[in-house]
Amino acid sequence: MYDFEYHRAASLDDAAGKLKSADDGTLVAGGMTLIPTLKLRLASPSDLIDISGLAELSGIKAEGDAVVVGAATIHAAVAASSDVRAKIPALADLAELIGDAQVRNRGTLGGSIANNDPTADYPAALLALGATIRTDHREIAADDYFEGLFETALDAGEIITQVAFPVPEKASYQKFPNPASRYALVGVFVAKGPSGVRVAVTGAGLDGVFRVTEMETALAENFSPDAIKDVSVSADGLNADIHAGADYRAHLIGVLARRAVADCT
Amino acid sequence: MPTVSMKVNGVDVSGDVEARTLLVQFLRETLDMTGTHVGCDTSQCGACCVLMNGDSVKSCSVLAVQAEGAEITTIEGLANGDELHPMQDAFRQNHGLQCGFCTPGMVISAIDLVSKNPKPTEKEVREWLEGNLCRCTGYHNIVKAIQAGAQAMGG
Repeated sequence: MYDFEYHRAASLDDAAGKLKSADDGTLVAGGMTLIPTLKLRLASPSDLIDISGLAELSGIKAEGDAVVVGAATIHAAVAASSDVRAKIPALADLAELIGDAQVRNRGTLGGSIANNDPTADYPAALLALGATIRTDHREIAADDYFEGLFETALDAGEIITQVAFPVPEKASYQKFPNPASRYALVGVFVAKGPSGVRVAVTGAGLDGVFRVTEMETALAENFSPDAIKDVSVSADGLNADIHAGADYRAHLIGVLARRAVADCT
Repeated sequence: MPTVSMKVNGVDVSGDVEARTLLVQFLRETLDMTGTHVGCDTSQCGACCVLMNGDSVKSCSVLAVQAEGAEITTIEGLANGDELHPMQDAFRQNHGLQCGFCTPGMVISAIDLVSKNPKPTEKEVREWLEGNLCRCTGYHNIVKAIQAGAQAMGG
């Protein structure tokens, strides 16, 4: 790892100021992706600005018809939250499936979606639930946020503060994890909520998370696994690597989507 | 060079470190506490697990400066003199180790589990151990040891 200057931010404003004044600064919270990346010398920022201790970025609260999760909230806290468990159990289930226990004790929601790894779990939940990403400047709908492989709508220096998840009528997340890394080989989040039925897929797309509109239309008419049993997902645009071919991933999307619909609570 | 201060096994410690120093390097190289092992150095194996403010973390993936002010517990901090911690003793009684390399991380991870789930089922133990790799035992006796350790800890 190349050396860098380390700063602990005293507040959100302080973090934004330090990020702006750094040559090539980057934020760190849990560091569960960033630190391994630095160790491999795949990145060499001049400054690390630590926002993990900021109280204004932590915590989970029910806000009207939504559950609002602070960006620096660790996965273990989302998994263990009685508010999340009561209102969006599928989101608590998803958080419990991320990485391993030690990753869940450090990794954060904001870090996951700022990085937008194409195999991360949270992007599927945000897209399927129609979540809103709140930053220090504005609100961004999940539909407009994920822009491709490790790309998001965030501007340089913009900091995610919270994510608001509308409470769905029912939802489920089904994941086929890579047995070594625990990242999603394919993960499917199905939600029936205020913005209709949504089916979001992570792990499979070359451009990251995406929706399967044909399944959504079929499920809107008849919310049952049978309704989507004949919907075939094309392998075009899907990942192929040593772990699974594109055809296999396409097949898994159908299997996991049906399991998710059957499991929806 | 930043100065970092924390409490390790109940003792206040501090040291001057480069910002890029990992917590495990600080423990092993600055404090000479080599009980915490580095197995893979890629956040996979869990040999480097320590408790940070009560939660298990992989100390190869935490910067020492991020542990400023934290309470760290390593494998060296578990026994009471010659008396092993109940979880350590359960590993010994159940033959929960062969080469022993992964054991410090296994024991620390197990104690974190039991603190959150005092009576884990075999399935819960196996799921919890996703982040701890053992290349000798096939996990069977580790799982047995953790369930026995949980019982001995009062679960």
